[in-house]
Amino acid sequence: MSPILEIKNLNKNYGPTNILNDVNASIEDGEFLVLVGPSGCGKSTLLNCIAGLEPITSGTIRISGRDMTHVSPKDRDIAMVFQSYALYPTMSVAKNITFGMKVRGIEKAEQDVKLAEVAHLLQIETLLDRRPAQLSGGQRQRVAMGRALVRNPKLFLFDEPLSNLDAKLRVEMRTEIKKLHQNLGASMVYVTHDQIEAMTLATKIVVMKGGMVQQIGSPAEIYMRPANLFVADFMGSPAMNLIPARVNMNGKGASFTITRSAAPPLVLHDENIKSLPDNVVLGLRPEDIGDASLRKGRKLQISNCHVDVVEPAGADTYVLMTLGGVEVTARLQAETAAQRGANMEFTFNMAKASYFDANTGERLN
Amino acid sequence: MTNSSITNPLREMMKRFVLRWLLYLLLCTFALYYMMPLFVMITTSLKNLEEIRTGSLMSLPREITLAAWSTAWSSACTGIQCEGLRPYFWNSVLLAVPAVLISTIIGAINGYVVAQWRFKLSNVLFALMLFGCFIPFQVVLLPMARVLGMTGLAGSISGLIFVHVIYGIGFTTLFFRNYYVTIPVELVKAAKVDGASFWRIFFSIFLPLSLPIIVVTVIWQFTQIWNDFLFGVSFSQAGTQPITVALNNIVNSTTGVKEYNVDMAAAIIAALPTLLVYIVAGKYFIRGLTAGSVKG
Repeated sequence: MSPILEIKNLNKNYGPTNILNDVNASIEDGEFLVLVGPSGCGKSTLLNCIAGLEPITSGTIRISGRDMTHVSPKDRDIAMVFQSYALYPTMSVAKNITFGMKVRGIEKAEQDVKLAEVAHLLQIETLLDRRPAQLSGGQRQRVAMGRALVRNPKLFLFDEPLSNLDAKLRVEMRTEIKKLHQNLGASMVYVTHDQIEAMTLATKIVVMKGGMVQQIGSPAEIYMRPANLFVADFMGSPAMNLIPARVNMNGKGASFTITRSAAPPLVLHDENIKSLPDNVVLGLRPEDIGDASLRKGRKLQISNCHVDVVEPAGADTYVLMTLGGVEVTARLQAETAAQRGANMEFTFNMAKASYFDANTGERLN
Repeated sequence: MTNSSITNPLREMMKRFVLRWLLYLLLCTFALYYMMPLFVMITTSLKNLEEIRTGSLMSLPREITLAAWSTAWSSACTGIQCEGLRPYFWNSVLLAVPAVLISTIIGAINGYVVAQWRFKLSNVLFALMLFGCFIPFQVVLLPMARVLGMTGLAGSISGLIFVHVIYGIGFTTLFFRNYYVTIPVELVKAAKVDGASFWRIFFSIFLPLSLPIIVVTVIWQFTQIWNDFLFGVSFSQAGTQPITVALNNIVNSTTGVKEYNVDMAAAIIAALPTLLVYIVAGKYFIRGLTAGSVKG
């Protein structure tokens, strides 16, 4: 079976400006693809291109195997949810949801059946007679989703649908979208700048920057094995620690020398690496640095470091130190005894380390 | 310190009270000042000539008579004909109503396109239309006369409608464009994905939102067209003159005594329709002018 969505060599220019540069991506039936990147990376433009709302300069877009590159949005068998919800202000909720069916000349009886189904699914039955202006943000969000769901399309497109909600509601709606995806088994493309949303929702993530795809992979792949420094820094919160290090290759793998201002250099080892250039950037997630007194690991390397800042955050406590001239964050258990200004034993889990070329930023292992 | 803190609120209240009444006084003075001409017009129109000649301008009529109104409406002389304003009033209605409707409709569609369906030269097009707003009437007189002559519309009411529609499009487009530009583009995108066409989106989504700006445009256009004198006097002939031209003719064609009461009544009749439009649609006018973004 052909993929639900297949994008090949897609380019988009505005005059001389290159907005999207040779984008390739595809999703299978039932997948949840998230396009993530900082603002201006072209992710929303890409979504608009998939929807047919923006013309593309070159390349092809296929939906369910059919070439849709030059097909108008209404014939692409898609539905879209927008950041501002884009509800029709003068129509009631019911009319908002059935507008698409009305335009397509679907029988009134069938419209009513589908409307009732969707209203029940989203629990908006009591709101059907209201105008959008009379709804709260969360309710508008539901109506916008209802308008998309009622069409039962091949592909759902979401353009930052949660970014207008407050923090608490955002988390709730995130879970609902995830449930919806699981229950319907629908294929979805979702744009967000929030990497946590991307991690929690996606079955597949496309990380973009400057109109170029940086990495495509499952959330775990993106998190554990970022393809370059940009992805490493962008995905994960707090961000991955990226520490400049000098490499010494010996018979038993590599050893990394990390300078410190007020102490002898920190030396870490990795026996599983075959070759590395002389200068690398060592990437370690905050949770791969631990409190030695609380964490008993088989292969953890222990070193004594100076604690600059302690930030308790409830479940975790973040500890900041300076290694190799950069600020490094460690995520420790809440019970840690870390004290500002004191020295403490830390564990470094080098089995999870990433190495990046200091010049190109590309992943090396 | 304690003393002043007790007396201060009272003094504050007194101060605010006095200031408030001073403000009312000032406003009333201005209102009276602006109403004075209307007062003089109305009272004069209700007096007979004898009273006008002997009495003072500001005095109330001793004896109210509607004779001047009836003369102004149906028998005052505009040059050699003596039919009053009536035929010209209907000329103006026949001219203003279609011209207002057509220019408003075209403006709505233009504004919709320029604001929501941008194309390569849409900004240039809009700028050119805007430029049309700044061209003085006098500049277009001669070229327009040529065009009307060539199209065979010279001297007809249709010709005047044509002139006013052309001249009004710049303004009506500007009004609708500025209103529609505040509507998020995502609305059009959503409707496109829903399968709606260009016209469907216009009629089902944009037009229902437009009442305030339609009212503004209609008031503006009606006032402009009804009160226009220059185009009316330039492009009409004996049977097609609008009311403003007729009013001028009544006032300026004097035989013997100058009938001030008739002139005043005629002027009020000529001004009534615009006044009526303001009273009926006025509250929408303010609302339309201040209407900001449409929150959906």
